[in-house]
Amino acid sequence: MKDALSGPDPREAAFQATVDSEGKIEPKDWMPEAYRKTLIRQISQHAHSEIIGMQPEGNWIGRAPTLRRKVALVAKVQDEAGHGLYLYSAAETLGASRDDMVDALIDGRAKYSTIFNYPTLTWADIGTIGWLVDGAAIINQVALCRTSYGPYARAMVRICKEESFHQRQGYEILVDLCQGTAEQKRMAQESLNRWWWPALMMFGPSDDNSPNSAQSMAWKIKRLSNDELRQRFVDQSVPQAEYLGLTIPDPDLKWNAERGHYDFGEVPWDEFMEVLKGNGPCNRQRMEARRKARDDGAWVREAALAHAAKRAARAEKSAA
Amino acid sequence: MTKQQWPLWEVFVRSKAGLSHKHAGSVHAADAKMALENARDLYTRRGEGTSLWVVPADAIVASAPEDKGALFDPADDKVYRHPTFYKIPDDVGHM
Repeated sequence: MKDALSGPDPREAAFQATVDSEGKIEPKDWMPEAYRKTLIRQISQHAHSEIIGMQPEGNWIGRAPTLRRKVALVAKVQDEAGHGLYLYSAAETLGASRDDMVDALIDGRAKYSTIFNYPTLTWADIGTIGWLVDGAAIINQVALCRTSYGPYARAMVRICKEESFHQRQGYEILVDLCQGTAEQKRMAQESLNRWWWPALMMFGPSDDNSPNSAQSMAWKIKRLSNDELRQRFVDQSVPQAEYLGLTIPDPDLKWNAERGHYDFGEVPWDEFMEVLKGNGPCNRQRMEARRKARDDGAWVREAALAHAAKRAARAEKSAA
Repeated sequence: MTKQQWPLWEVFVRSKAGLSHKHAGSVHAADAKMALENARDLYTRRGEGTSLWVVPADAIVASAPEDKGALFDPADDKVYRHPTFYKIPDDVGHM
């Protein structure tokens, strides 16, 4: 309802002032339509990632090698379902409906993290996912705890507390494998070889190739750039790999004393673009499983609603 | 495909006796009982709570941000609402 005659919308200036002073934007506050849209896109895709992310790990629940590992993995996958729900709730405060968001995922209009399009081929992959994938997620999400939209920031605080359990359970798996038999150690190294680059891709395209970044930074949705976060992840992961006695599959990886950071090789961006376009190893399988769960579960959701309506009617009648 | 969505419920958790219920988030559920069960599974997995409230989201009426001034004006002219407005002789001690 912008008045064309009065020039720039004064609400926009007030909004930006709140953002600039590290204030939080809340659901009923005025916000630019593009801010709302960007957030719905980002938060819903974040939620989709949690839900789709249950599949690669769920793949090993029935085959976990010990009961201790199995209960931990079940608890972890349960947390991920919860993270999806927190995030869908946060997106709903922006006026999006969860049904629509799920439809957008299933119709391929919405994306989810590229990482979940890679297969879990060995038990070591469960350790590597916990260590690297959840490790990357923590770095992303710790930065998002200060994002400008209140409900998103609060969801992140809650999620970060739980992610630490995920990462530690994963690293512990790898510590055991790397201190185990030669075959177990080989399994861990082979797993790292397959997941290292996909984990680096989780931070998104490089800064000079990330068109939405400038606006997201100005609105403080994003607090650090993709490349800054990626660098932080590499710096953190290298010593952890060294402790395990594993080699990171990057011949260009080298400590740079001048920068105080690790230099690393070029991320295979062609592969990233292919996975993003739906042509990764498991894109079809992941979407098919999600679609099947929605479609096959439709009658159960309808039954629950019909039952709730019946009970409500009965309660009303007995009250009368 | 049915578009009927389970309604949205807002969840409030009280962490221990003596504290107040705090908004924790929301859940979708067909009825109040399922909302309580889902909220328990989702928001109290790690001993976060001893009491749960679930409220249909459409039962909540929120104040409008633009009313901030009128509704929440601290009324600085009403200094007599604060205990420090009143003078108590030092000899009386802490009160």
